[in-house]
Amino acid sequence: MGAKGVIKKGEYFDSVTLMNVARRLGAVAGVTDSAVVMGTAANKSILKNSGLLLPEFAGAGDTDLLIAVQAGTETALADALRKADAYLKESRRGSSAKGGLRASSLDGALALLPGANLAVVSVAGRYAGGLAMDCLQKGLSVMLFSDNVPLETEVELKRFARDRGLIVMGPDCGTAIIHGVPLAFANAVRRGSVGVVAAAGTGLQEVTTLVSNEGVGISQGIGTGGRDVKTAVGGIAFLQGLDFLAADPQTKVIVLVSKPPDPDVLEKITARAAGIGKPMVAVFLGGDPAALGQGRISAFATLEAAATAAVFLAKGQGIEKSSEYLARRHERIWELAKLDRSRKKASQKYIRGLFSGGTFCAEAQVVLGPIVGAVHSNAPLQGHPKLEDPLRSVGHTVVDLGEDEFTVGRPHPMIDYSLRDKRILAEARDPETSVILLDVVIGYGSHPAPLDELGPVVREAIAVADGAGRHLSVVCSVTGTDADPQNRSLVAKGLEAAGAAVLPSNAAACRLAGEIVRGGEHHV
Amino acid sequence: MSSLFGAELKTVNIGLASFKETLDAVKAPAVQVAWKPPIDADPKAMAVLRSRKAEIAAANQKAAAILLSAQPALVGMGIAGEVIPGMKKNLLLHAGPPIGWDRMCGPMRGAVMGALLYEGLAKTHREAEALAASGQIEFAPCHEHQAVGPMAGVVSASMPVFIVKDEEHGNFAYCTQNEGLGKVLRYGAYSEDVIERLRWMEKTLYPTLKAAIEKLGRIDLKNIIAQALHMGDEVHNRNRAATSLFYRLIAPAVARTTPDGETAAKVLEFIHGNDHFFLNLSMPASKAALDAARGVPSSSMAVVMARNGTDFGVQLSGTDGEWFTGPAPVPDALFFPGFTKEDANPDIGDSAITETGGLGGFAIAASPAIVQFVGGTPEDALNYTLQMYEITAAENTVYQVPFLNFRGTPTGIDVIKVVEKGILPFIDTGVAHKQAGVGQVGAGVLSAPAEPFRKAAEGLAKRLA
Repeated sequence: MGAKGVIKKGEYFDSVTLMNVARRLGAVAGVTDSAVVMGTAANKSILKNSGLLLPEFAGAGDTDLLIAVQAGTETALADALRKADAYLKESRRGSSAKGGLRASSLDGALALLPGANLAVVSVAGRYAGGLAMDCLQKGLSVMLFSDNVPLETEVELKRFARDRGLIVMGPDCGTAIIHGVPLAFANAVRRGSVGVVAAAGTGLQEVTTLVSNEGVGISQGIGTGGRDVKTAVGGIAFLQGLDFLAADPQTKVIVLVSKPPDPDVLEKITARAAGIGKPMVAVFLGGDPAALGQGRISAFATLEAAATAAVFLAKGQGIEKSSEYLARRHERIWELAKLDRSRKKASQKYIRGLFSGGTFCAEAQVVLGPIVGAVHSNAPLQGHPKLEDPLRSVGHTVVDLGEDEFTVGRPHPMIDYSLRDKRILAEARDPETSVILLDVVIGYGSHPAPLDELGPVVREAIAVADGAGRHLSVVCSVTGTDADPQNRSLVAKGLEAAGAAVLPSNAAACRLAGEIVRGGEHHV
Repeated sequence: MSSLFGAELKTVNIGLASFKETLDAVKAPAVQVAWKPPIDADPKAMAVLRSRKAEIAAANQKAAAILLSAQPALVGMGIAGEVIPGMKKNLLLHAGPPIGWDRMCGPMRGAVMGALLYEGLAKTHREAEALAASGQIEFAPCHEHQAVGPMAGVVSASMPVFIVKDEEHGNFAYCTQNEGLGKVLRYGAYSEDVIERLRWMEKTLYPTLKAAIEKLGRIDLKNIIAQALHMGDEVHNRNRAATSLFYRLIAPAVARTTPDGETAAKVLEFIHGNDHFFLNLSMPASKAALDAARGVPSSSMAVVMARNGTDFGVQLSGTDGEWFTGPAPVPDALFFPGFTKEDANPDIGDSAITETGGLGGFAIAASPAIVQFVGGTPEDALNYTLQMYEITAAENTVYQVPFLNFRGTPTGIDVIKVVEKGILPFIDTGVAHKQAGVGQVGAGVLSAPAEPFRKAAEGLAKRLA
C-alpha cells in the first residue's frame, strides 16, 4: 500500500472537471483512494483529513493542481497517475473541440458575442465579486452562482447594478429562467404568463415546474439569492424583479418565493406591491402567511399552494378554486396513507426525510409540523429542534444534505447521490423508520440519470426492511418537467416500479409521509 | 433592466462549463470564458497598481508606440570585441538573466567551455572547465550588452556579430551568426568539429556576408518579418520563409562581392541548408525595437523575457535594468526519436525576445505548420494567439495574422494584465538536452512561469508606492 502525489504548477481546471477526473480515477483498478484538487488552503485541509496531504504538496499554492493517489501496488500507482494525466488532457480536448473558439476573458468574450447582456459567474467566491463588478461595468447583468461572496460585496454589486439599470441575481443563485432559457440548475418549462421572483433556488424550480406541469407557463423566473431579503441588502434585486414583472406585458400573475424577509424589507415589498394591479401570490416559507400576506399579496404556507394559486389565477379563476383543487388532492393522500398505515409494525413511528434541496427541507417542516409536531433537522425552522448529529436521525428527522457539513469537498447532493444512497439504506435498517421521504430534483445541471442510481437503492431499502418483517414506505416527489433531459414522467414511473410513492409536489409528498405516521382521525 | 429583459438573451458563461452546455442544448447564444484565477501577488502591491491605473496605461501606450514605430534593419557586421559595448577578452555573454558558473545548466556550461576553446584561452575541455570556474572569466547577460543569443547564447570577443539598427530611434542590437542544427555551440556542444565550424564562420562566412551587406547598404528586417508571417513563419521556431526571403536579397550581393565562386556557393549553401539562419536576425530585430521602448517611467510593459536554462527573467520598461526571475520550466515538447522529457533541459535562450516583441508564440496563428509539429491543431494555434491579446498593450501595426483577417499580432506584454488574468505568455521554442554537447532533443511550447511576472508587478508597485 502506498501513496503518491504530483503537483502540476499553474494548471487550472474548474471543480466540476476535477470531480469528474477524480471519479474516473477512483474506478481505476487497485486505487483505494484519490483526490484531484487545486492547492487551496481549504482543499489541503480536506486532503489532510483523508490522509492524502502528501509531503510533496508542501510548496503548492492556490493555482497549482494536486493529484494524490493511494493504491495497493506500485504498478497500480503508476498506472493511476498516468491515467490522471490522460483524463485531464481529455477534458481539455473535449472543451476545445466542442466549444469552438473560447475567450480567455470578458473582453474576449464580448468581442466574440456582441450584444451580450448577461454573465453567469460560477468561479470561486473570492474571485466572483471582482469578476461580477467587471461584468456590470461592461453593461452586463449578472447571475452570480458562486457562494462565499461577502455580504458587503453583494450590497456594493447590487447598488451599482440598480443605479445603471442592471440586475445582479445572487450570489448563491442556483437557478433562473430568462426568456425561457434555463440558467444553471433550471428546468425546461413552458413559456407563459406567470412571473416568479425567488430568493430560494429550489423554490423557484418547484414553483416553475408545478406551474408548467399544470399546463400554464412561465414568463420569467428571476433569482435573487437568499440574502437579498435581509435588511443589509434591503431586497434590491427582489424589488427590481417585482418592478420588472409588474411592467412586463407577458406577465399576468406574479409569484414571490422566499424565506420570511426581514420586517423592513417585507414592508418595502408590501409598499411596492400596493401599486401593482396584477394578482400576486407569495410563499414566505416558514413564516406565518397571515402575518406576511399583507395588502395586495396573498400569502401561502407552501410552494405547492402558491404555485397552484398562480395556475388558477392565470387561467382567470379565483383562488378559492385552487383551494378546492388542493383539498381534493389531500383527500386522495389520506386514502393512500390509510393503506400504508395498516401495514406498519408498532416500532415504526418516524419519518426520515433526506433532502437534496434546502427549500424542500424547510417546506417539509412547514407541512409536517401541524401533522406530526416537532421535527428534528440540521436546518431547523423556528419551533423545530436542532438535530445534534446530522449523521444520526432522532425521532422525526428531516436532513438538508446540501448543508456545508455534507458538501465540503464533494459535489452537491443533486449531482452526487452516493451519500444519500448510503443514508437511505441506513434508515431502512432502523426499526423505528416508517417512512423515508425524498426529493428528486431533475433538470439541467442535475444528475443525468437519477433512476439508474436511485431505483436500485429504493428497491434494496424496501427489501431490507421487508426482510426484517417491516413495511417501509418510500415517498418522494420529482421536481421537473417531461421536457427536461431526464423526463419527469419516466423518472416517476421508474421510481414507482421500484416501490416508491411519487407525489406531484414536495408538499404533497410530505403530507403523505405525515399522514402515514399520524395516528387517529382524518384531518385536512 | 431593459438590456436584459428587452432583448434576446446572450450569455457570457464564466466558470462551470456545464452551464454553457445547457445553453448550447437549448440553442441560446453563449460564449464560454476559459477563466483562470489571477496570479497570487501581494494584495498591497496590486492595490498600488490599481490606484495608478490611468498613469500606467498612458505609460504603456507610450512604450508600445515606441516599440511599434521601431524600424530594425541589418546595417552591417563586426567582431563582438570591437562593436559590442563593454565587450572584452575575458568576458563571456550568455542568454537569460545573470548567472554564475556554479548555477549554470549543462548546455550553458558546455557552450562556455566551447567559447573558451574557440578563443584559445584553454587547450582542453578540462582546462576550459577549470578556467570557467576559476573566477578569472566574467559572465554577463547578452541583454545587458545590447545583444541577444539563442539557446545558451554564449558570445565571446572574437565572434562575428550582425549589427542591427533601429533606424527610427538610432539604437543598435547585436547577435551572432546561426550555426545550423545538430551539434552546435548554442546547445552546449564543444567538440573539435563545433570549434572548426565556428572558425569557418569567422574566416569565411563572416567576411563574405559583411561585404555583401555593405554592398546592399541595409536590409529591412521588419519588412522581411512581416512578409514571412504571411508565409507561415512566426520567426521563432519557424524561420524557413524569412530565411528564404533573406537569401533572395543577399544572394546577388554575395555573387558580386565574393572573389571566388566556390566560396560564394559554400556561403549560400550554408544559408540554404539552415532553416533557422534568420532566427539570429529576427531576435536582434526584436531586441532593437524593445530596447528603444526601455525607460518609460511607470510602464508595466515587458522589454525582455529571457532564460538561461536555470532561471527565467523578465525586465520592464518602467523598472530600468532590474531583473525579475524565477525557475525556468521544462517545455512540453515533441521529442526527436530516442529522447524523452527526462532528457530535456529547462527552458533556455534569449529567443523569447521574439514573443516579447509580438512574434513567436504570440504570432503562432500565422504558423499552423509549427502547431502541428508540437502536437496541436490550427484551432489551438488560433486560441493561443487570441489568448495573448488579453495580456498585451497593443496590436502590431506591421506584423499580421492572415487568418485573423490580417489583425496585428498581440504586442507588448503588460505584466499587470498577466497577473490579473492569470494568463501567462506563450512561447514556442527549441529544447536542449540537459547534458552539454548532445544538442537539440525536440521542440515544443510552454507557458512562461508565473513567478517572474508576479515579482515584476510587485517590483513596479514598489517604485510607484
